[in-house]
Amino acid sequence: MKHLLSIEDLSAADIHAMLELTDHMAEVSSRPIPKVPALRGKNVVSLFFEDSTRTRTSFDTAAKRLSADTMNFAVSSSSVNKGESLRDTIETITAMGVDAFVVRHKSSGAPQMITKWTNASIVNAGDGWHQHPTQALLDCYTIRTGLNRRDSFDGLRIAIVGDIKHSRVARSDVQAFAKLGAHVTLVAPPTLLPPSLEGWPVEVSHDLDALLPDLDVLYLLRVQRERMDDALLPSLAEYSALYGLTHARAARLAPHALVMHPGPMNRGVEIAVDPADLPGSVILQQVTNGVAVRMAVLFTLLGSGSVSSIGASA
Amino acid sequence: MTRLVISGGTILDQTGERVADVAVEDGRIVEVGVGLAGDTMLDATGCMITSGFVDLHTHLREPGKEEAETIETGSRAAALGGFTAVVAMPNTDPAQDSVAVVQFVREQGRRAGLCEVLPSGCITVGRNGEQLAPYGELSAAGVHLFTDDGNGVQDAALMRRALEYAKPLGIVLAQHCEVSSLTKGAVMHEGSCCSRLGLPGWPALAEELMLFRDIELVRLTGVPMHFLHLSTARSVEMVRSAKAEGLPITAEATPHHFTLTDELLESYDAVYKVNPPLRTAHDIAALKQGLTDGTIDAIATDHAPHAPHTKEAPLDQAPPGMLGLETALALAITELDLPLSTVAALLSWNPAAIAGVDDRHGRPVAVGEPANLAVFDPRAEWTVEPAQLASKSRNTPYAGRTLRGKVRHTVFNGTAVVVDGTATR
Repeated sequence: MKHLLSIEDLSAADIHAMLELTDHMAEVSSRPIPKVPALRGKNVVSLFFEDSTRTRTSFDTAAKRLSADTMNFAVSSSSVNKGESLRDTIETITAMGVDAFVVRHKSSGAPQMITKWTNASIVNAGDGWHQHPTQALLDCYTIRTGLNRRDSFDGLRIAIVGDIKHSRVARSDVQAFAKLGAHVTLVAPPTLLPPSLEGWPVEVSHDLDALLPDLDVLYLLRVQRERMDDALLPSLAEYSALYGLTHARAARLAPHALVMHPGPMNRGVEIAVDPADLPGSVILQQVTNGVAVRMAVLFTLLGSGSVSSIGASA
Repeated sequence: MTRLVISGGTILDQTGERVADVAVEDGRIVEVGVGLAGDTMLDATGCMITSGFVDLHTHLREPGKEEAETIETGSRAAALGGFTAVVAMPNTDPAQDSVAVVQFVREQGRRAGLCEVLPSGCITVGRNGEQLAPYGELSAAGVHLFTDDGNGVQDAALMRRALEYAKPLGIVLAQHCEVSSLTKGAVMHEGSCCSRLGLPGWPALAEELMLFRDIELVRLTGVPMHFLHLSTARSVEMVRSAKAEGLPITAEATPHHFTLTDELLESYDAVYKVNPPLRTAHDIAALKQGLTDGTIDAIATDHAPHAPHTKEAPLDQAPPGMLGLETALALAITELDLPLSTVAALLSWNPAAIAGVDDRHGRPVAVGEPANLAVFDPRAEWTVEPAQLASKSRNTPYAGRTLRGKVRHTVFNGTAVVVDGTATR
């Protein structure tokens, strides 16, 4: 595998292999000194054209645990603000010697474009409304461990609730969950669904309450305040009333059901309860798993040799 | 006086087909017959000889964006495509909303001497949709077609006034149909593709709603209108029924809209970004039907050059538009299952009438007529190489495609401006 651009490019077997590898990386992360020399001498450049705290830090931590050299390229302090084109930026940094770019961009498709201008591997860390493949992988890993589903997600019922239309997390998760066998339902007001769901392996519902008791996973998406400006929602209060996770709704979830959120949360909007009060919340576990998954991704793209080269004892 | 003879070809015009040579002197056709001799001989063996093509929709970028195209380079691309006249779109900088700018564009065209450059005028000052442009002055300066192309006129009351004001002038208002509130941030056709790719969609409705409004305004005012680059199946249907009612409207379609679909955007390559966007196979079928049955009057290129670096941007940041002048004929021959006489009508005499230049373009190939001629080999195959194009820009979506039909010679005002596929100036 040269790049990780989209979950669409991965088969179910590819995803399973990545999750198996993540197990080894989680073991590395749990050691007293969580660091192995697997990517020593490799240069991983984070190229974030859009603000992000957790994804960027997560990739940075993952690269360092594998002993890669890391470089952060923040747009605010870069020549992009002086009008440099994306192509020139990529070619310039590539000329310094780069093995992988971790790219976050507000434009859908930007990571795919970048592959034309560099020989380095590209990891898509989120592009526009399009894809966020490492988020989907860490979500799969969290469900796999949280519900003890190592072999497949067959029969799992997952609801993704919120602003599907503008969500790269939803696009990646739908594909990943469905590839592993889960039954996915999208729950949102029609204005926050994509204009067409042709070809999407999903069902759609506008009635969250009816779904709750049967769910294995309730996945909440962030709903942004700007959506009201485009007349997509009357108010956040109404959204919360119809689609938010309240105490009453949380009480209707099955005891084993997981509650997930990619962050950052809008407290009081999509989630009106303290996640710490939810027994099924794995929201912080998602963040922890994010590091291990990104180690697995970087190792898959840049590593040489087998898993044993990371000194895994698992 | 030099005598130019085009020999060995088949004349194709409004009156039919016949094998004959064509002799040209002093800008006019002086003799049509077999075995003619001249000072300069142009071999037309295997070729059709038609009146030169007329493009209703060309962006020449001068003044304002000369790094993408100049009137000279665009005129050369036009000549190589068999065009002897092009309507220059008004979204220049400054816009073509004053006599001074219009005269500059026409004069630059004259200086290039490769085809007739017909400046269009704006419907509103600065294409801002707020104040009528001076149609009277511009009309007196020879402008026939008015449009805010790139922008649709959003204000229905203003559009109504524009048509009413235009009535005594005999000019044509041409609409870029797009209700902009429905296309905010739009990058591509709204449908299953944009939903999957995570890109904001440009719904067919945004075109159809304005088309519907304007058809009703034509009904109200009786003033003719032309509709630019129709892209949807419903649009074709609406124009068909409005024409059946006898309303004075005309319409054009571009080669890219009848050959390419929105699925190409999967590559995220901005060369496929265009406004209105590439649509679906269903829309392509409807456009082809419209071209076949006369609902759509003309093939227009919407030739829209952009400097390479501007197209090397993510889709939402890149400008819309693609090259078209040098590939239009070949795409019509390769992709449309139409007789050559229909192709010639769509490229030559129909648009000549809409542009108001049918006194000198799109004429029958006959003695006494102005010598504006295209000579093309309908069977010649060639591969589109962006680097070989005469346009200053390279944004063709057909790079590497092998097409059928190639212009061999173009005669403009009696001068051979293209000989054997090469521009002479």
